[in-house]
Amino acid sequence: MVTAGIDCGSKNTKIVLLKDNRVLSTALVLSGFDQEESAEQALNSALEKAGIKREEIKHITATGAGMEAISFANDNVTNITCDGRGTFFLFPSARTIIDIGAEEGLVVKLDDKGKVKDFGINEKCAAGAGAFIEAMSRALEVEIEDMGELSLKSTKKIPMNAQCTIFAESEVVSLIHQKTSKEDIIHAVHDAIADRNTSMARQIGIEKEVALIGGVANNIGFVDSMNKNLGFELLVPKDNIAPEYVGALGAALRAQDKIGG
Amino acid sequence: MSNTESKKEYWRWTESRYTNPNINWEDGDIISAGVDVGSVSTQAVIMVDGEIYCYSSMRTGSNSPDSANNAMDWALDSTGLTIDKIKYTVGTGYGRVNVPFAKRAITEIACHARGANFIYGPEIRTVLDMGGQDCKAIRCDQRGKVTAFLMNDKCAAGTGRGMEVFADLLQVHINDVGKMSLQVEEEPEPVSSTCVVFAKSEAVGLLRKGWPKEKVLAAYCSAMAHRVVTLLARLGIEEKFAITGGIAKNIGVVKRIEDELKLKAPEPSIDPQLAGAIGAALFAKALVEKERKKA
Amino acid sequence: MTKANYGYKDGSGEYFITIDTDLCNSCEKCVEACPAGVLEIAEDELDPLGDETIAIVSEEHRKKVKYSCAPCKPGGESKELPCVLICESKALKHSW
Repeated sequence: MVTAGIDCGSKNTKIVLLKDNRVLSTALVLSGFDQEESAEQALNSALEKAGIKREEIKHITATGAGMEAISFANDNVTNITCDGRGTFFLFPSARTIIDIGAEEGLVVKLDDKGKVKDFGINEKCAAGAGAFIEAMSRALEVEIEDMGELSLKSTKKIPMNAQCTIFAESEVVSLIHQKTSKEDIIHAVHDAIADRNTSMARQIGIEKEVALIGGVANNIGFVDSMNKNLGFELLVPKDNIAPEYVGALGAALRAQDKIGG
Repeated sequence: MSNTESKKEYWRWTESRYTNPNINWEDGDIISAGVDVGSVSTQAVIMVDGEIYCYSSMRTGSNSPDSANNAMDWALDSTGLTIDKIKYTVGTGYGRVNVPFAKRAITEIACHARGANFIYGPEIRTVLDMGGQDCKAIRCDQRGKVTAFLMNDKCAAGTGRGMEVFADLLQVHINDVGKMSLQVEEEPEPVSSTCVVFAKSEAVGLLRKGWPKEKVLAAYCSAMAHRVVTLLARLGIEEKFAITGGIAKNIGVVKRIEDELKLKAPEPSIDPQLAGAIGAALFAKALVEKERKKA
Repeated sequence: MTKANYGYKDGSGEYFITIDTDLCNSCEKCVEACPAGVLEIAEDELDPLGDETIAIVSEEHRKKVKYSCAPCKPGGESKELPCVLICESKALKHSW
């Protein structure tokens, strides 16, 4: 039977349609000011892609910052639990999850049965989240999709003093005036945000394997910075599903668990 | 002549310079200077025997040494006084190590306390400085010596940059922000996000809900005031209390701070943005006197 | 009692390391005890006309003490911090 998981993030609403542990389709819509409307849009888009009807969905679970706004969801589950469920499904060897979203960073620890045993949240400061990279891409006039590749071309490590998104914007402009290459600046940007997130992870305790999820995990430059900072490679969802959908996947799996799938 | 209007720069506050008509530098003994190179603004103050002779306040460019030179040149403009006649220059502020003609760099915390003592008098015991990219709370004694401090330059909330971002977002000139924020009948709830990035999104939401600009500005000024008050509270506030730095010129924030503290901050007779450079110039004079004693 | 507060407050909370510069005797034990290099000995910048040295939080770490100190605070708890324990004059405190 088909279930749906909707992850209402502060920036993007993600949906996963699941049938018997298999992903039928995914969709992503900007959350905007009306969370419920975005969720509807995302749902319709996913239904179309999967070629199935709304009535076929037996249970909808919502998660994420805006989950309470979704009146058509059957239940809500915290994104800590959904991140755990979704990641463990993809990587049964994962014991630590780092989820970096648009506005917050999350660290989740799992036991060997995939149950959440500890977590930490890094929120309310844009410098630790995707909003930081996005603001820097705007200041550098680089498309966000290109940030990763450019960062890998960097040849020099340069220090970044600003620990605030707003100040970093000014610092970046200053660096450009000093003729620092964009590649080196972007590398410094990725290193800075990687450092903030690994510090939080170290506070909770890092146990291998470590999985990286959330939209920012699509950025290969950032992933490289994280790998170098930790000293080993992180597990990043690639083949079966993109990293930003793991929360929604977890929600869809929980929906499945609920109705005895 | 281009027929496209240049993008309106709502964040651009007024630069200024001044020469004291009552002083003739040639009659002075110790001519000292202080240059405060901040991330947003740079001030140069030249003193003759501890009295302000001339000064300038301008936007820091992208290059610190240039800013220091430019500010100094503008301050000395048409005074006849030249740099070589200045006995000692102290650099302070974020770019203090980049003042090429300074003999020494002194932290802006010490300079601001001294400067506040000069501007507001020896009764000052607590100084709140709200700069371009930082916020400082300072406790000092009657000589302007620091007894405690707290500096927050990590986060844009409660700084001039944060205010510039809002002025730009709402398309209100930064000089008008304070006055406009007080044009509300009822004080709204302060914006809930401390983070300027998130507060910006929150403000966009409020505008969409139909809030007039004045109300959004009031909400932001209120949040900023509350934030700096909690920082001050960590140090404890002893009267007299004074406010320095660029944001001291924003009556919307100043009045809300005064209301929350139930204290009135004195009105400055000298531009409060000069406090750091004034303190630096006073230290420069003291260092000349110290050198003379040793000789 | 002259208190230097290094750190910051941002959207996520308040993080300050306070050093009482009158109590600090510049023994350097805290500098050695810190695994992250957060502390160092420098001229007392609050007393520019004097000559004393004291412990300070290095400029590099002032804006990220929350992150620099995180490994010594497992689970977010601040128990038995090496820098605080080793200071004989009890000059050093963490606010979080």
